[in-house]
Amino acid sequence: MIIDYALIWAGLIAFAVLAYVVLDGFDLGVGILFPFVKGEENRDQMMNSVAPLWDGNETWLVLGGGGLFAVFPLAYAIIMPALYAPIFIMLLALVFRGVAFEFRWKETKNQYLWDIAFAGGSIVATFAQGVSLGALVQGIPVMGRAYSGGWWEWLTPFSLLTGLALVVGYALLGATWLVMKGEGEVYDKAHRFAKVTGLGLLVLIGLVSLWTPFLHDQFMARWFSWPSMLYVVPVPLLVLLAAYLLFDGLKKGYVNQPYLSAVSLFVLSYIGLVISFFPYIVPSSVTIWDAAAPDVSLHFLLVGAVVLIPLILMYTGYAYWVFRGKVGKTSGYHA
Amino acid sequence: MEWFDALHLARLQFAFTVAFHIIFPAFTIGLASYLFVLNAAHQVTRKPVYLDLFNYWKKIFALSFGMGVVSGIVMSYQFGTNWSVFADKVGPILGPLVGYEVLSAFFLEAGFLGVMLFGRERVGEKLHVFATAMVALGTFASGFWILAVNSWMQTPDGYVINAVGQFVPDDWFKVIFNPSFPHRLLHMMLAAYLTTAFVVAGVAAYHLLKVRAGKETPGFSIDAVKKMFSMAMWMAAIVVPMQIYAGDAQGLNTLQYQPLKIAAMEGHFEDQKPAGLVLFGIPNQEEAKMEYKVEIPVLGSLILHHNLTEGLRGYKSFPRAEWPPMAPPFFAFRIMVGIGMLMLFIGMWSLWLRYKKRLYDTPMLLKTLVIMGPSGFIAVISGWVVTEVGRQPYTVYGLLRTVDSLSPIEAPAVAASLVAFIIVYFTLFGSGFYYIFRQMKNPPMLSEVVLSHTSPIRAAGFVHPEFKKPSIAGAKS
Repeated sequence: MIIDYALIWAGLIAFAVLAYVVLDGFDLGVGILFPFVKGEENRDQMMNSVAPLWDGNETWLVLGGGGLFAVFPLAYAIIMPALYAPIFIMLLALVFRGVAFEFRWKETKNQYLWDIAFAGGSIVATFAQGVSLGALVQGIPVMGRAYSGGWWEWLTPFSLLTGLALVVGYALLGATWLVMKGEGEVYDKAHRFAKVTGLGLLVLIGLVSLWTPFLHDQFMARWFSWPSMLYVVPVPLLVLLAAYLLFDGLKKGYVNQPYLSAVSLFVLSYIGLVISFFPYIVPSSVTIWDAAAPDVSLHFLLVGAVVLIPLILMYTGYAYWVFRGKVGKTSGYHA
Repeated sequence: MEWFDALHLARLQFAFTVAFHIIFPAFTIGLASYLFVLNAAHQVTRKPVYLDLFNYWKKIFALSFGMGVVSGIVMSYQFGTNWSVFADKVGPILGPLVGYEVLSAFFLEAGFLGVMLFGRERVGEKLHVFATAMVALGTFASGFWILAVNSWMQTPDGYVINAVGQFVPDDWFKVIFNPSFPHRLLHMMLAAYLTTAFVVAGVAAYHLLKVRAGKETPGFSIDAVKKMFSMAMWMAAIVVPMQIYAGDAQGLNTLQYQPLKIAAMEGHFEDQKPAGLVLFGIPNQEEAKMEYKVEIPVLGSLILHHNLTEGLRGYKSFPRAEWPPMAPPFFAFRIMVGIGMLMLFIGMWSLWLRYKKRLYDTPMLLKTLVIMGPSGFIAVISGWVVTEVGRQPYTVYGLLRTVDSLSPIEAPAVAASLVAFIIVYFTLFGSGFYYIFRQMKNPPMLSEVVLSHTSPIRAAGFVHPEFKKPSIAGAKS
C-alpha cells in the first residue's frame, strides 16, 4: 500500500493551525478586550488567566511556520513573500504583547505603557493574521516556483473584512475564556462582551461566507453544485447550532458552555475553509502534492510527529489542568 | 549604492534579528541548566540557599525567555519571507530538522515553563524539579537541532539534488551528523554555559563588592551570594579549558572543510609555509593585502597543524568570486579568542585565590568580573560573525550562493521591515535589559525575608520598596 504522506501532513498542518487559532485565539482575545476593562486588579486578573499558558499557545504558530517549511517548502516559499507586510506586522505585534507579559509587572507609574503594548499588540497581531488569511483565500499570483505579485497585493477589501472578522472572533474567544476564568467585574464584563462579539462574529461569518464562493470557481462549485452541496450543508447548520448553544449558555449562566461553543464556531468555520481549499494549498495554483517535500522528508518527520504530538498534547493538557479553575483575585501565579 | 538593494537589506535584517535573538538562547540554555542544578540541589540537600538562588534567577530567566520566544518566532518565518528560494531548495532537508526542533524542544520548554515559573505550590516539589529538568532539556534539544541545521549549511552532507533543483535527503544520519556538527554543538553549548557563568559571576561579584562597602540591601543572603559566586568560578576554571580545546577542534575541522574561512580568520591573502600567526593587521580586500601586519612566525602552523612546517592556503589560491569579506571574521575572531584567554586567566586566578582562601574578598577579581559580566555575549556574537560571514558568498557552502537564495521581494519592503525591527527591538529589548539589570541590582534574599517580602506582590522581594504597589498589596498574595 502506498501511503499518501502529503495528505497526512496536510491534515497535521491543518490541525496545528487550528490548534493555534483556538488556543492563542483566547489569549489574544484577552488582550483585545484589555482596553475595555478598567481597574488594575481586573487587568491583573485577566493577564494572570493566560500568563502561564500563552507561550505554549504561541508555539503552535512556530509549528505552523516551521511545519510548512518542513513539509510544504514550495508553499512556504510562495506564501511568505506574498504576505510579507502582514507577516512582519504580526510578528512585531506579537513581540510587543509577548514582552508585556513580563514587563508589565516591573512597572508602576508606567504600567499603562505595557497595557497599551499588550492590547495594541494583540489587536494588531490578530488583524494581521486575519488579513493574511483573507489574502491567501483570495489567491496569490504564482509564476514557476515563486510568488509573482507586488508587495501591496495582500491589501484588498476582502482581506480587511477577514481581518476584522478575526479580531471580533478572537475577542469572543477571549470573552468566553474570561467567563470561564474570571470573577467579579471581570466576569460581568466578559459576559456582556461575549454577547456583543458573538452577534458580531455571526454577522461577519455570514458576510465572509457569502463573499468567498465568488473568489474562485472551485469554491463556488464545491458549495453550490449538486451533489457536493449535500455533503457540505451540515456545516452551516452546525454553525447555527453552535451559535444557539453560545447564547443559551450565556443566558443560563453556564461558565464552560459559552467557551466551548465559541471554539466550535471556530472549528466549523475552519472546516468550511478546508472544504473550499482542498486539495489546494495556494488556491487555484498549488496543490498539496505540488508543494510537498519528497516522501523521504515527510516520512522522517512523521515518525517523530506520531510520537511527539500526542506527548505534546498530553503535557499541554497537564499544564491546563494545573492551572484550571477560576484565577481569582488572589491568585499566586507570580509569587 | 549596492548596499541598499533587496539582497543586502535582507542580509542586514537577518543578521540583525539573529544577532539579537542569539543573545537570549545563549543565556537561557545555560541558565535553564543552572536552575535545574539549583532546584535539584535543594531537593537533595534541603539547604535553603539553593532555593533562594533558584527563586532569584528564575525571575531573570522568565524575562530573558519571553524575549527569546518572541524574537525566535520571527526567525521561523523569515526564511520564507526573505529567503524563499533558499527555503524552497533546502526545505526537504532543513525543514524536518526545524520541525523536530519545534516538536521536541519548543513545546517542551513552553509546556513546562508555566509550571516551572508559577506552579511550585500547585504541583509539589518533585514535579517542580521535573518541570525544571524538562525546560533545561528543551533548551538543550533546541540547540541540538538548530546547530544541526546551521552545520549542514556549513558542511552539507547526505543529500542529492532532484529535478527541480531541491536538496533532497539521501542519508539522514549524515545530514544531521554532518562533518562540522559535533564540533559546533560542543563549542556552542560550552559557550552558552560560560556566558551564563560569567553573568552569574558578574552579579555575584557586584553584590560582594556592595557587601564590602557596607551598602547591601538589608535582608540579603550572604550565603547565596557566595554560593553563586563559587559555582560560577568553578565553571570558569573547569569549562574554559574545555572550551579552548573544543574551539581548537572546530578550527581544525574548519581547516579541512572551509579553508577559506580559516584564511579569513588568520588574515592570509598569500599562501603560507610555514604559517605565521597574524596578531593584528587591517585587511585590505581590494588590493588583497594585510596592512600594518604584526605577525609571529610559525605559530599559525603550530596552532592549526600542531607542527612547525605545514603551510596554510591564502585567499589568492582560490578564485576571487569565492572570497568571503575578510575584515569581519578577522577582527571578530580576535575578539572571541581574546575574551577566551581572559576567561582562562580568570579561571586560573580563581583557583589560586580559592586555594589561598581569598576568593570572596579580592576586590581586583571582583571588579574584573563585574566588567566581564557581558563578555560571554560578545564572544558568542563574535564567534557567530566568524562562522557566518566566513561562509559567504554561500548560504549552503559551495552549493547555493547567497545571491541566489533571495525572495522575489522589493527593496522598499525590506527597508521598511528592517527599520521597524531596529526600532522595535531596541525599544522593547532595551526595556527588557533595563528590567533585567534592575533585578540584578537587588541581591538574593534570605528565604524568611523573601516570604514576608514577596508574598504581597509578584517579584516584589527584589523590587526596591519605592516600586511597591500598596494599593494591590493585599490582592495578589
